Amino acid sequence: MRNNPYIYILIMFAASYFLRVMPLVLIRREIRNRTIRSFLYYVPYVTLAVMTFPAIMDATDSPFSGLAALIIGICMALLKAGLFPTAMVAVVVVFFCEMVF
Amino acid sequence: MSDEQRWFGRGLHDGIPIGLGYFAVSFALGISARQAGLTAFQATLASLLCNASAGEYAGFTVIAANAPYLEMAVITLIVNARYLLMSAALSQKFSNKTAFIHRFGVAYFITDEIFGASVTQPGPIHPFYNYGLAASSLSLWAAGTWCGVVMGNVLPENVVTALSIGIYGMFLAIIIPPAGKSRVLGSLVAISMLLSFLLSRLPFTAGWSEGSRIILLTIVIAGAAAVLFPVDTEGADS
Repeated sequence: MRNNPYIYILIMFAASYFLRVMPLVLIRREIRNRTIRSFLYYVPYVTLAVMTFPAIMDATDSPFSGLAALIIGICMALLKAGLFPTAMVAVVVVFFCEMVF
Repeated sequence: MSDEQRWFGRGLHDGIPIGLGYFAVSFALGISARQAGLTAFQATLASLLCNASAGEYAGFTVIAANAPYLEMAVITLIVNARYLLMSAALSQKFSNKTAFIHRFGVAYFITDEIFGASVTQPGPIHPFYNYGLAASSLSLWAAGTWCGVVMGNVLPENVVTALSIGIYGMFLAIIIPPAGKSRVLGSLVAISMLLSFLLSRLPFTAGWSEGSRIILLTIVIAGAAAVLFPVDTEGADS
């Protein structure tokens, strides 16, 4: 017998929201501990860097197109091009690189 | 224009590149949802409620296997565990003036991208910025899931591939500018990418899921940086 898809979806929702809401609701005060504060300050940079590389190379058919998007994306970001232009240039770079490689 | 409207508008604007990347990813997700036997309505409902790429993908494989409900709970908790860290980081970005209820709202819309875009804003969180980001990006997340189920293979594959890169371009636009200004952040980003690459390729660790790699490296690298290079400037604006 197949399980009910709606119960599956409800469990997915409950488990995902539980993780997202607990720290926000339980940690209401400012954390004074300097090490924990520093840790939380560094978290987004490490997390986003880890999620970007090597995933950007694995998402394209040829790793070289992903690598090209990474390098040009970093240059655009260093020039402070903003979220949308940087993302769009990366998309266009991959589109054309995939035709070549 | 009120403060709320202005922040909501900024969020809407910044959410567009996120949404384009989401559309491509959730389109692919919709295809796997259909393979798992879900209808377009069920798959879109899952996307509206869960807002999670890897988490939903893992969930759909559980549904496809008709596995026990408990397995669904355990897998979702493991794959999405990084949201605990993100939620903890966001909890420190709330000003006293922001109503408590907004913590429930902001929590609902924590995704990798919305977290990255909002936590790096200078000063305290403006919930309406997060809501604006969510409105323009997560609507495309749900729409992409629906389209993926309904029209499977209509978009040419090279377009889907190219669109899926948009998310990484956006990540770079978030982390690189501050990394260019601070030597510590710059080295941290470089070390994170290097170790992430090594763990994904070395024989012993290549089998790890992306979720476990993210959690482990975040705790180890951010933890080491916190001990070696503690910051205290952030306290000034909260």
